[in-house]
Amino acid sequence: MISLIVELSRYVFIILIAMYTFLCFSVLRKKDQDEINHGWKVQNLITFLIHLLAFGVIFIQSWQVEIIVFYLLQFFLLQAVLVFTRLIYPQINRLVLNNMCFLLMIGFVILTRLSFDRAVRQFQIAAGALLLSLIVPVLIRKCAFLQRIPWVYGIAGLLLLLAVAFVGQEDSGANLSLVLGDFSFQPTEAVKLTFVFFAAARLARSTEFRDVVLTTILAGLHVLVLVFSTDLGGALLFFVTYLVMLYVATKKRLYFLGGMGAGVLAALIGYQLFYHVRVRVLAWTDPFSVIDNEGYQITQSLFAIGTGRWLGMGLGQGMPNKIPVVEEDFVFSAISEEMGGVFAICLILICMTCFIMFINIAMQIKKNFYKYTALGFGTLYGFQVFLTIGGAIRFIPSTGVTLPLVSYGGSSLVSSIIMFAIIQGMYLLKEDEELEIEKERERAARARAKARKAKKAGAGPEDRQRKAESGKQPKEKPARKKEKS
Amino acid sequence: MFIGLFTLMIGYFVYFEAVLSPDVINNPYNSRQDAFAERVVRGSILAEDGTVLAETQVAEDGTETRVYPYGNVFAHVVGYSTRGRTGIENLANFTLLTSDISTLDQIRNDINEQKDQGNNVVTTLNVDLQQTAYSALGKNRGAVVVLEAETGKVLAMVSKPDFDPGSINEDWEQLTSEDDTDSALYNRAAQGLYPPGSTFKIITLLEYMRENPDYADFSFRCSGSLTEGNYTINCYGGTAHGQEDLTEAFADSCNSAFASIGLSLDETQFASTCGSLLFNSDLPFDLTYSRSSFTLADGATPAERMMTAIGQGETVVSPLHMAMIVSSIANGGVLMEPYVLDHVENYKGDIVDTYSSSRYGTLMSPEEAAALTEYMKAVVEDGTGRKLNDLGFTVAGKTGTAEYSNDKSKSHAWFVGFSDTGDQDIVVCVLVEEKGSGSEYAVPIARQIFAEWYTQKTFAW
Repeated sequence: MISLIVELSRYVFIILIAMYTFLCFSVLRKKDQDEINHGWKVQNLITFLIHLLAFGVIFIQSWQVEIIVFYLLQFFLLQAVLVFTRLIYPQINRLVLNNMCFLLMIGFVILTRLSFDRAVRQFQIAAGALLLSLIVPVLIRKCAFLQRIPWVYGIAGLLLLLAVAFVGQEDSGANLSLVLGDFSFQPTEAVKLTFVFFAAARLARSTEFRDVVLTTILAGLHVLVLVFSTDLGGALLFFVTYLVMLYVATKKRLYFLGGMGAGVLAALIGYQLFYHVRVRVLAWTDPFSVIDNEGYQITQSLFAIGTGRWLGMGLGQGMPNKIPVVEEDFVFSAISEEMGGVFAICLILICMTCFIMFINIAMQIKKNFYKYTALGFGTLYGFQVFLTIGGAIRFIPSTGVTLPLVSYGGSSLVSSIIMFAIIQGMYLLKEDEELEIEKERERAARARAKARKAKKAGAGPEDRQRKAESGKQPKEKPARKKEKS
Repeated sequence: MFIGLFTLMIGYFVYFEAVLSPDVINNPYNSRQDAFAERVVRGSILAEDGTVLAETQVAEDGTETRVYPYGNVFAHVVGYSTRGRTGIENLANFTLLTSDISTLDQIRNDINEQKDQGNNVVTTLNVDLQQTAYSALGKNRGAVVVLEAETGKVLAMVSKPDFDPGSINEDWEQLTSEDDTDSALYNRAAQGLYPPGSTFKIITLLEYMRENPDYADFSFRCSGSLTEGNYTINCYGGTAHGQEDLTEAFADSCNSAFASIGLSLDETQFASTCGSLLFNSDLPFDLTYSRSSFTLADGATPAERMMTAIGQGETVVSPLHMAMIVSSIANGGVLMEPYVLDHVENYKGDIVDTYSSSRYGTLMSPEEAAALTEYMKAVVEDGTGRKLNDLGFTVAGKTGTAEYSNDKSKSHAWFVGFSDTGDQDIVVCVLVEEKGSGSEYAVPIARQIFAEWYTQKTFAW
């Protein structure tokens, strides 16, 4: 009976996530505020339905009471996040908030299934980070000095990276973490934040050639240090993020193309120089020839995804633990194996709407520093999702980066949550900017209406006024131009 | 730009799930397959007419036994699954452990706590041809491959010595013991590599035709041997064939004439022709096989060039590969990829998936194929294959007697050829180890197979 429930639950999961994904896109096109709010509510409902069902399925396969307790804790945490965030920031971007909760939920589910202890740890860190993230938007709003200290970010970030490069712990061929007592963290994750702040602050201040060169040198140093600590995924992430920010800030195609050229050149040199890189490339081009060693991980990932096929094996029915470091770099494969390819594609699409939303927000902000920061985080997020999923399905060589919010890993989780919170802060700033403009318009409209009313009495002016007022309602502008990004 | 990357990635993901995954997951390293066996009763392997070649019988108490009704006959091609996996048991492992049954059946099985019945694979194998080949080979060591030229279907694949897949566990010790010289687990038809002997003259002839547009004017006076430098090539049995044209030289398998041709050929072009005939490269075949090898470099000595031209040099080839080359001759120059799985059906017989034949490519022009066919017909009409000329239909072929050691009395007997009726023609390749001449030992086996095929065909009419 149990296996049948698990079997059937697969279809329910897929239908639910498909509805959720559809809402991500459709709600943005709706005009009516009530409909929009309804859409967001349905999304939350779906999130909790998937959560409930997933834990139900996990529970009937293990019959451990801890699972139920753990489920309830998660439920309350996610509810609290949704309620409190909206209470403190009524203007918050609901899509970004909903997606964050959804991705966290998926992460909890798959980690509970993979390793209960790790899931508990992930949960604790998430709770702390979420609490912290509540104040981030305020900080962004109130602390104007954030944009005045680029070199602080730059130097601090670089020092952190250097520290890892020299005293870091070796982890699957790359120096990634710093260990303090029994607490280890990956500075790269923190440096992601400082790096974007640094580049945004510098580029917002000036795009004169001399300044650009200076900024690029420090950014390049970040990348180089990462390369030498053999964290190539990190290096690639930073590199691409900086390139996109530089291009948007300067609007000079030459920089972008030059940067790309330099990147390709560096990749070729890296290939010649590092054994580590050649192994990854070999494992990508022909994993089956080195299936016992270098290709083991990627082939196990492909087995997982392929065996799960479209509908998946059912939660708890696959063998995702066969993939080395499945909770971190290959969490996508585990999801695809057990929940199915359709579910996995929906997940990619949800990550994509996050990315679109980030870029969308960035494009609407007027102040350069905030604009570039949002853009930087957007690029970082989007490219990281691309690297991890592309690596898991052998679309590109595996680079060993995590799927933000879903993968196991405290540092990654904290930095991702804060990143989402910063974006929310940016969004609120944008709202503030818009509010100013709206107020202007409103005043003007009222003045016009008054003038007309004075001219001739009738029902017309009220209508107009109502229209003008409803004009300030839609907070979520679809803004089609986002696709250009 | 990023949206484009994402779209590409999703596209690749869909492509992977839809197209690549079946091949990828059917890998012995994929331990997930074993997990399936807990929920599914392994399906059956059937011959093209539905005859059971392998099935799992479930006893009252739930014990499962894999049964092979034909015992040793299909041993290599069907393979075994209880001690590692080989053959079709390995190739179709994932399919056999997948159950495409209705949800209703699934619920019923679930309630009764019964396993689901796995899918059956229907192969291209023809029971009667296989049995004929098996008994014709008798106690000899060797291999037989029968292909359908037009489609690439593998109709029969026999290798001897053999084993019983049903008792593989009991026999394992003996089959793999160190003083075993039989290598019975080895599928000689696809994995065995042998010097091709005179069957290779087909390829030498093709190369000669390519290098000499006036090849039809060839003439040679054979005195029973040819000496170049300090190396002498003898004709089989020392026979002097006298004055002969190309057709006669080929039909009588004259070593001296072909050695002289070999001396005239351009090594680089010869090697490239062999490369295009899939020497030194992977074959489009799903079961385990060995790669054939051809090595003739620039500056080869006259001895090497003469020996290579008559199939006695460093060249080695598998019976399957030889059959494939000849199938392209039979098929107007086009090679069809040989395949053993025809379709998949669920236990009720509803078709789940169909494998169609696929074209590998053109190995030679239609004119070259037609010319080679004529030369090979001459072999059967009035040459070393004349024991096949009274079957009631035309056969084109080539014999071979491959010496593999200094002991000239022991040689491998080859025959490779095809029926030339224009209707569902078959290619037969026979190899008998350590027996003697091709015309004496391989041709009679081929004859029985051709006769069986013809009977089946006339019966069908």
